[in-house]
Amino acid sequence: MKKTGISSRLKKLLLCSPLLFLLTGCSDKYILLNPAGPVAQTEHRLILLSAILVAIVVIPVIVLLVFIVIRYRERPGNQAPYQPNWTDSKILEVIWWGIPILIVAILGFATVRDTFALTRPPSEQKPITIQVVSLDWKWLFLYPDSNIATVNYCEIPTGVPVQFVLTADAPMNSFWVPQLGGQEYTMPGMEMRLWLQADREGVFEGRGANFTGKGFAHMNFQVVAKPQSEFASWVKKVKGSAPSLTQEKYDLLAKPSVVNKQSYSSYPPALYQNTVNKNGGIYWHHPMPMNEPHQMPMEN
Amino acid sequence: MVETTGRPIPDPKSSKHLHGTEEEEKNILGFWIFLSTDLVLFACLFATYLVLRTHTDGGPTTAQLFDIPMFTLETFILLTSSFTCGLAVREMRYNNLRRLLGWLAVTVLLGLIFVGIEASEFLSYSSEGATMQRSAFLSGFFTLVGTHGLHVSLGIVWMISVGIQLLRDRIHPTTARKLFNAGLYWHFLDVVWVMIYTVVYLMGVMK
Amino acid sequence: MLKSLISYLQNANLMIQISAVAIILTLVGIVFALTYFKKWGWLWREWITTVDHKKIGIMYLVCALLMFFRGGVDALLMRTQLAFPNLHFLNAQHYDEIFTTHGTIMILFMAMPFIFAMFNLVVPLQIGARDVAFPFLNAVSFWLFFFGAMLFNLSFVLGGSPDAGWVGYPPLSELPYSPGPGVNYYVLGIQISGIGSIATGINFIVTILKMRAPGMTLMRMPLFTWSVLASCIVIIFAFPALTVALALLGMDRIFGTHFFTMLHGGNPMMYINLFWVWGHPEVYIVILPAYGIFSEVVSTFCRKYIFGYKSMVVSLMMISIISYFVWVHHFFTMGAGPGVNSFFAVASMAVGIPTGVKVFNWLFTMFRGRIRITLPMLWTLAFIPCFAVGGATGIMLAVAPADYQFHNSYFLIAHFHQVLIGGVVYGLLAGMYFWWPKILGFKLNETLGKWAFWFFNLGFYVCFMPQYALGFMGMTRRVYTYPAESGWGTLNFVSTIGAFMMGIGFLFIVAQILYSIRHGERDTTGDPWDGRTLEWSLPSPVPHYNFAQIPVVDDMDAWWKMKQQQKEGIQPQKEPLKPIHMPSPSSLPFFMGLAFFICGFGLVFNQFTIATIGLIGVVICMLWRSLEKDTGYYISVEEIKKNEAAVRGL
Repeated sequence: MKKTGISSRLKKLLLCSPLLFLLTGCSDKYILLNPAGPVAQTEHRLILLSAILVAIVVIPVIVLLVFIVIRYRERPGNQAPYQPNWTDSKILEVIWWGIPILIVAILGFATVRDTFALTRPPSEQKPITIQVVSLDWKWLFLYPDSNIATVNYCEIPTGVPVQFVLTADAPMNSFWVPQLGGQEYTMPGMEMRLWLQADREGVFEGRGANFTGKGFAHMNFQVVAKPQSEFASWVKKVKGSAPSLTQEKYDLLAKPSVVNKQSYSSYPPALYQNTVNKNGGIYWHHPMPMNEPHQMPMEN
Repeated sequence: MVETTGRPIPDPKSSKHLHGTEEEEKNILGFWIFLSTDLVLFACLFATYLVLRTHTDGGPTTAQLFDIPMFTLETFILLTSSFTCGLAVREMRYNNLRRLLGWLAVTVLLGLIFVGIEASEFLSYSSEGATMQRSAFLSGFFTLVGTHGLHVSLGIVWMISVGIQLLRDRIHPTTARKLFNAGLYWHFLDVVWVMIYTVVYLMGVMK
Repeated sequence: MLKSLISYLQNANLMIQISAVAIILTLVGIVFALTYFKKWGWLWREWITTVDHKKIGIMYLVCALLMFFRGGVDALLMRTQLAFPNLHFLNAQHYDEIFTTHGTIMILFMAMPFIFAMFNLVVPLQIGARDVAFPFLNAVSFWLFFFGAMLFNLSFVLGGSPDAGWVGYPPLSELPYSPGPGVNYYVLGIQISGIGSIATGINFIVTILKMRAPGMTLMRMPLFTWSVLASCIVIIFAFPALTVALALLGMDRIFGTHFFTMLHGGNPMMYINLFWVWGHPEVYIVILPAYGIFSEVVSTFCRKYIFGYKSMVVSLMMISIISYFVWVHHFFTMGAGPGVNSFFAVASMAVGIPTGVKVFNWLFTMFRGRIRITLPMLWTLAFIPCFAVGGATGIMLAVAPADYQFHNSYFLIAHFHQVLIGGVVYGLLAGMYFWWPKILGFKLNETLGKWAFWFFNLGFYVCFMPQYALGFMGMTRRVYTYPAESGWGTLNFVSTIGAFMMGIGFLFIVAQILYSIRHGERDTTGDPWDGRTLEWSLPSPVPHYNFAQIPVVDDMDAWWKMKQQQKEGIQPQKEPLKPIHMPSPSSLPFFMGLAFFICGFGLVFNQFTIATIGLIGVVICMLWRSLEKDTGYYISVEEIKKNEAAVRGL
């Protein structure tokens, strides 16, 4: 038992180290570490910073533990000092109150800075807006500028900030496209905003991140990022060829089911606002301003 | 009006238990802690009410519903009962059982009147269609005020029980502590009511 | 091949039926055994009507271990389902039910009774008291917990378990999306046991503040008792929020109100706030006593005073206060403004400061000590690296923008399992091994315990380290299956292997307990570990009155000091024996719990007659208690002398 006690602790170290490796890794599978836009990049940078800062405490703790257990184990003939009444050390106490405070201060500063930064558009380009409604168990995307709608996928132009305005017409879900940035909940009766931007072309997997019942596991969608010109022609194509989303079709769509990708050339103009209002949006006295952070949901 | 001395000083001759006062002290401390948990409970209900008070779903609003004379009368009755309850505890300190029971009976009676008025208020709202199922505001209102009403009702039952024990066992450390705690509870409910009066009713009719 | 075997067993309906039959058969077996061995009277007199804190503690412990088993089986079912992509061992509905019951049981019906077991078994003994402040109320707490847990588990036998997640977020948990009794079980089961928890919190605060042995000032109090005090303070201010959240959700479901509904003005966000105002402090409620246990264990098995006692006390209190200011970190992604998110992010990180201080103090208690690697110490040593990593990932999650990526992912799952298993479960197991001989009079077998330790501990890393990586791959929690293209298959399979290793570890603990009941080393000294605090001055198992004479304390680690003085020939001062006052046993707590159960059962099925009968039962029990004259009884000096001579082998 004696030998294994130590070696297992080393094993644990080895088991933990892949984690650290992952943080700097760039394998395709680890999509959180493979950001495709400025928002995800900011978050990625913070993840790395926090991992490094916490390692400053965690690694010494584990090393110290291994050292102490080996040296101060009770066994015959152990010559290491034994001081049963040594219980206090001002210097040591200052060190281990001080270092965590310092780490929290640094990390806290970076956190606050980026938390505020992420409520602003990620770049100077003129943004586009996409309204998102999460339904049981599918995603509806509305393009207020061109009045087209899609289900379970959306297309966005690269290099342009996209303002997703989120709501739900079903139990709350969470809108998450890991490679473009972190998630934001879709909540009935509320309008939440999430800024994302893709800097390169690609098909990015998105998923509903908050449990909504039986069909939840199938609530995936794709975000297709393509250059502005191709995006414009896609809009034109949908406008020209797809059927239109009537209120009746929407009501059908809103019923619990799992569906494939769909496109619609138009939708009732008041669809989004009516959805928000009917689920309690009328009690929000302040419509969400474009560029200011909105209120805490508890307020009225 | 609220007792702050911590524990009653009953006639030492009637104290028959070796563990008497220590036991009562523990009980009173425990009861204070219980009251603080109850306060957190009411705070949560208040927060919920405040969030939902404008969510009327097209149904009746606070201003349409509340009747100033009614809730003022309720307030007056409950405050008076708190006063008479204080008098009962005061008589206990003078070891005057008859007057104690008299004031306790008045307190219980006032409590019953209060609950009666509240019940009739609830019934009249319901008959106008303002049930707790009508809107989130009404759910919050009935639950907050109703929870207080239930507390008062429980307090009445408790006071009656304490009265019976006082009749049976006279004033001694255990009955004295029970009366003291019941009084504490009653004053606490009074404080909560004052908050309901302000936050629910006054703010409700002012808008 | 393995995959096809699992697919073959895919009919989970059948499995659930088999389990239900097994439960019923077990119950019949127990009833039969009790009747056959004529043990009903014994069960009633010695256990059901007891108000003795030690027996109540044992009952909590037994329930906690049973619930650990149930929650663990849930976990293994989930891990089996996720072992391969596109598996249909469980369908979505079953999976949803199982993860809901797993979470609820592990937090509320395993961790909570387990810490209450420790409170009950240890606190009065540690502070030199003969019982808790309110022994009757203590029994009420237990029976409320018991019947709450029964009501929740009944859903498994009758079918229709709750399936809206252990957090039960509306609108999903509201009637339109979760029809049937499922969520009602959740609401009422937790509600009933929650009332018991509040009462326990009150009980132990008063016990600790009012019943310490003479000379035991607050700053001489053992750290476990301090941690219980900190935990109870959190209980009494956090649990009422849960009571309200569940009551309002229950009213929505049962009486048709609109607190959290989507239509008619309801606000689901309010539930989420109330739930986490309780929910975050809740994790500190369970972790703080674990900290206390580690402090006792480290100090005892290094033969050294705890390092930085004052810092330890201050950090306990800081954690219990900060715990109220972090709840929003459970929903950074629900649209709170950046100011709010920033505040709660920094507050959440700040919890790491006192926690880090505690870790260093434990390390320096070992430093220049003599470390004896016994079972309690083994779990403590395993706790430190595990908790350090779990705490570190917690800090990473507290970084709000990073949380936008981690939230609801397997990274989060791995984090909270690492702190709750590595912290709470390891702590409670360490505590169980530590105090077992004190309470039951025999040690648990070391060899079996070490097998359990290595399986469980290595299994833990195999199970949860891959889940961090899965989080980085974007795997979200609560999916019952995933496509093969996702690339999550390998790591999920590894994780499942780890889970089964932990399962084997648990079985070793069960085997260890059963083996040790017959063959365990008897503790005749009362002080098998060379302990430091007052409980070790008593014989094992402890007589029902605990202390024949209340000890007088003049320093920290009172028993250690007394032993040293005895070596120098100084006898501790003792007052003469006096008759001991004891509370009478009572069947009322049991019936009160039963009445609550009947009331809850009626409400689950919207049977208001049954509910009213139960409610009347509750009121009758309360009135009965109010009117009954319970003066307890006295143990005479002769009886004490006789008993002390017998148990101390004089």
